[in-house]
Amino acid sequence: MNRPVTGTRARSVRAIVVRAALLTLLALAATFALDPFRNYQLAVIAATFCATAGLTLLVGLTGQLSLGHAVLMAAGGYGYVLVAGPAGDAGLPGPARFALGLAGALAASGAVGVLLGLAGARLRGPYLAGLTLALVIALPAAATQIPGLGKDQGLSVPFEAVPGPLTGVMVVEQWHAWIAIVVAAVAVTPLVVLRSGRAGLRMRAVHGDEVAARLAGVSPARVKVGAFVASSLSAGLGGAVLAVVTQNVSPGRYSLAFSLLLVVAVVVGGLGSVGGAAAGAALVVLLPWVVETVASGLPADVAQRLSGNLAVAVFGALLVAVTVAWPGGLAAATAGPRARLAGRLPRARPRPADPSSGPSSDPSHDLRPEPRPITER
Amino acid sequence: MRNHAPTPTPAAKAMAAAGAAVVGLTVAACSSPAAATPGVDDETVKVGTHQPLTGPAAAGFSSISAATSAYFEYVNAQGGIHGRTIEYVVKDDGYNPANTQTVVRELVQEDDVFALLNGLGTPTHSSVLDYLDQNGVPDLFVASGSTTWNQPEEYPNTFGFNVDYVVEGAALAQHAADQKPGAVVCVLGQDDDFGETFLQGVELALGADGVATYQTYSTSNEDVTAQIGAMKEAGCEINLLATINGFTAMALGTAAQMDWFPQWYASSSGGDYPTLVGFLGEDVGPKLLEGFVSANYLPNSPGGDWYELFQQINDEYNDGAPFDGNTVYGMSVGYLFAEALAKAGEDPTRESLVEAVGSGELVGNGILPLTFGADDHAAYDGVGIAVVKGGVQDFVDATYRVDGETVSAVEPEPVPLENDGIPAP
Repeated sequence: MNRPVTGTRARSVRAIVVRAALLTLLALAATFALDPFRNYQLAVIAATFCATAGLTLLVGLTGQLSLGHAVLMAAGGYGYVLVAGPAGDAGLPGPARFALGLAGALAASGAVGVLLGLAGARLRGPYLAGLTLALVIALPAAATQIPGLGKDQGLSVPFEAVPGPLTGVMVVEQWHAWIAIVVAAVAVTPLVVLRSGRAGLRMRAVHGDEVAARLAGVSPARVKVGAFVASSLSAGLGGAVLAVVTQNVSPGRYSLAFSLLLVVAVVVGGLGSVGGAAAGAALVVLLPWVVETVASGLPADVAQRLSGNLAVAVFGALLVAVTVAWPGGLAAATAGPRARLAGRLPRARPRPADPSSGPSSDPSHDLRPEPRPITER
Repeated sequence: MRNHAPTPTPAAKAMAAAGAAVVGLTVAACSSPAAATPGVDDETVKVGTHQPLTGPAAAGFSSISAATSAYFEYVNAQGGIHGRTIEYVVKDDGYNPANTQTVVRELVQEDDVFALLNGLGTPTHSSVLDYLDQNGVPDLFVASGSTTWNQPEEYPNTFGFNVDYVVEGAALAQHAADQKPGAVVCVLGQDDDFGETFLQGVELALGADGVATYQTYSTSNEDVTAQIGAMKEAGCEINLLATINGFTAMALGTAAQMDWFPQWYASSSGGDYPTLVGFLGEDVGPKLLEGFVSANYLPNSPGGDWYELFQQINDEYNDGAPFDGNTVYGMSVGYLFAEALAKAGEDPTRESLVEAVGSGELVGNGILPLTFGADDHAAYDGVGIAVVKGGVQDFVDATYRVDGETVSAVEPEPVPLENDGIPAP
């Protein structure tokens, strides 16, 4: 690309970072309006958001369906505790321990991500989904068999107390919400930058037609592995945050149901949309709680029968309803008439030059919101 | 790349919104630390618990909290404790530590409970131990025999309820050695603190090489065929079980399918006869369980005063739910809490409640005296041995206490029933 475009690119990156910083400030301020339990929920949402943002990028842009993102979060959580735990025992102060822990989380989730990405570059559609699904199912057994992972009971994570100057201002839940929000911002902003730049174009190109992309000098394998790693690192940070907030990493949190809910979250939120991923994360955390709260008002025996099952049913119903009503997810539904119109225009036009209009066996193809035509290369 | 040119409007809007929010919200700091005694007002005391109402442990333990609630209703109907009724908030965690963390936060922060009572499970409760400690919530009578709860220095607010697994392992192993000297003894344990601590106790009684094989299972994997096969292979004659009820039944059932009928000794956490019959079925259950040995420390003896009182309460306040060891357990927990609350004074605070339990003045309703004290947060240091005979599980003439490193046979000292089971202030 030539120089003027690079200048535009710098401005665009700057705009993204400024917007992210403002949203982060807004979220930090909002924690003051919430009670401790809401702040705890907010922290869990922020952690989940790290994973859904990575997943929405992966599925929405490169079309690689991962059903096992919970494993990447777990890798981040275990990576965090395996580094932060000994660091804490060695007497390192809070911030250094936390930073080292995050590095451990990135290393662990990155390593798993590279392996999965390499597999993902060779496997297509249902096979990759099957592989990632198998990982989630294997997680409890792995946690039991691999020494040092604490089995079903999990590992306990060093407690991050409210730092001295803030002790009179906030309780620990709010402090944890702050940590979670800042880490989520650090995890998700690079994804947005990535999506808006050349890397994003390449991902779309590879998703659209691998042969065409290769003819244009784009290596599909490299792009796919890169997308998987980026998505894994973000999910790993989410897992680390979850470990800090709950002071525990155990395989029980990263169950198959949770992993599938992450996929439901990004589909409901709108594939490829980061805002949708945030909405989806909120849904994953809040919906079971709302459902349980409502169900607890029912007679005891009915409530006990429904307990734990009702939320899954509601999720299923929601997924069906949203996909029928707005195939583009909540992001498309709430984007307003103008944005919706803009999103539909390319589809309505004949697109002889668009590689993504070629024959494709990928069923998720048509679900993608506003697949931008790649007319400029 | 034209498509991605930034539009200034959203950023400017967000800027304005953020500014307004910072100004407006810092004033209303709802998350700032607060004082006062939560969960106690003039009429009620609210306590909470996390229990497995669903999931792998539900079938064996979901009736405990219902029994505790029924006992509290009985106390409330008699006027409560110091004129306050007890409200018991039960949350389901599905025996999954991840859920426990959420529901316990909900109990402490949303429901403002005075104390946590009888949180069930070693892996589950371990995951909230630090949280409860940091928030100064009294963590009474944890439903697990892990020695983790008995660390007064580190967790001054946490007290266990079950006799610890070291004591159970040691007592059962000692009984096995007394009954059948020289038998090949094996252990099947849950792959967490439960199994490991129990094994320590067994080795205390039998020596480090006294166990022929130690097998473990994980609650997330509902199959013990490999473990039972290995034990049969090792020629085990007496199998000691550190298993929860569901897995005790699974172990017996799996062995029976292999045509193998060794002697079984189970911990109190997985040795309740009616519950096991429920798992194994009315037809084969009683046959498989005849001669089944287990440990217990509560008045779970048909015909006893406590047993009969609890049966009455169960009929009246628990809709006549099936009466089993879990019912006795749940009501005993309720009784001990009511006693602690009565001792905590007219206007209980979290500190006075913990002080009352740590004072060593509580007596409970066990077959041996309670051992709570300033430097001991375990409830019992001994167990009675119960055997199933003719379809009735009752104590036999064998009671053991563990004092440090020694296991000794003692006489039981059951606490008599007084004042219709309502603790006197």
